[in-house]
Amino acid sequence: MKRALLTTACILAATAASAGEDSTLSIEGEDYITQTAAPEHMEYVDTIYSGWTFRTDETQALQMDDFDNPAFVFLDQAIDQWDTVEGSEGKSCSSCHEDVADFAGLKTSLPRVENGELVTLTNLVNECVTERMGSKEWKYSGAKMSGMTALIAHQSRGMTMNVKIDGDAAPFWEQGKELYYQRVGQLDMACSNCHEDNYGNMIRADHLSQGQINGFPLYRLKNAKINTTHGRFKGCMSNIRAVPFKEGGPEFKALELYIASRGQGLSVETPAVRN
Amino acid sequence: MKLKGAIAFATATVAFTGFAAFAETKPMDVSFEDGMVAVSLTGQAGDPVEGRKVFMNRKLGNCLACHQNADMMEQPFHGEVGPALDGVGDRWEEADLRGIVSNAKNMFPDSIMPAFYIDSGYERPLEKFDGKSILSAQQVEDVVAYLLTLKE
Repeated sequence: MKRALLTTACILAATAASAGEDSTLSIEGEDYITQTAAPEHMEYVDTIYSGWTFRTDETQALQMDDFDNPAFVFLDQAIDQWDTVEGSEGKSCSSCHEDVADFAGLKTSLPRVENGELVTLTNLVNECVTERMGSKEWKYSGAKMSGMTALIAHQSRGMTMNVKIDGDAAPFWEQGKELYYQRVGQLDMACSNCHEDNYGNMIRADHLSQGQINGFPLYRLKNAKINTTHGRFKGCMSNIRAVPFKEGGPEFKALELYIASRGQGLSVETPAVRN
Repeated sequence: MKLKGAIAFATATVAFTGFAAFAETKPMDVSFEDGMVAVSLTGQAGDPVEGRKVFMNRKLGNCLACHQNADMMEQPFHGEVGPALDGVGDRWEEADLRGIVSNAKNMFPDSIMPAFYIDSGYERPLEKFDGKSILSAQQVEDVVAYLLTLKE
């Protein structure tokens, strides 16, 4: 009797969690690639899936209509910020960049190596903020930065992720890969334990995804704000009771490159909606 | 007054002696044989009622996060990461279960399952968990006692 109950409960749970796995993400009449063949460098995974496919019908629906997507409130704030003058040079973003839409495609290639250094979108924004605007650096995952990076990444929505992993990017990519498989924390887990070995499984109430970042920066229902990749990495590390690496530090930047490369071929979904 | 003090002293002595006689095994002193741990970590029997609470509690064992358990249907969310634990008390001996709960990696080296009774050897632990095991010796014994009640 108990067994039958359990089976029923599990079927119900699985149905609720994965109802949308085979559905298509379509926003404003445009279809998105939420599953595709894994890039060649991935040894243990055949198909990659956007985090969207693991979410409930309700969460999925929020992302399918920009009017319902709570992230756009924050993108609107970023549009205001875009025209806001700050710093010693009397400039705003729009003083140099006529239209934010000109950044279409940028997110697909980030992080990337510039002058021997791995740079993220956040680094690029902060370079403008400090060097060209003469202002104080924005906090890595602060509200201003997460909104602005979401707005800029949004210009690439629908384009496919395609970061460079060879040449001068190779050593950073290797470092990121090593971190991905490194067990840390009192719970002694690596990214791979949950997001490669167990995606699709329930971990208590949560449906484990592949940990893809094609939808970042994104809105999380859990904290009702825009979340950055490094902020999410930090959260994961705290959950496994490990001291997180520094946001914007070399470890998280390398990890961001490696994880971005595990999503090559998925559409940029920024701003996605997740739980 | 004098008598009261004497009784208190005697009680404390008994309690202390009792504790000393069954000194619990420290996390890194646990002796594993083929992944099994034969002797109780506390020298005392575990309490299955407490063990059930530890199994369920998100801040303690949180075993339910990864394992389905038909004995816990009042709880809505059962994980699917590890094997279901129905009948686990039929399939495993006490020593196996104590070994697996204490440090499953001795039996299953690549397991995702955390070691619940080690207090060193992990990387970058958060300060408040540094040098600590996830469960106490008695909690491990309680969980083992509870698991042994899961019969089909």
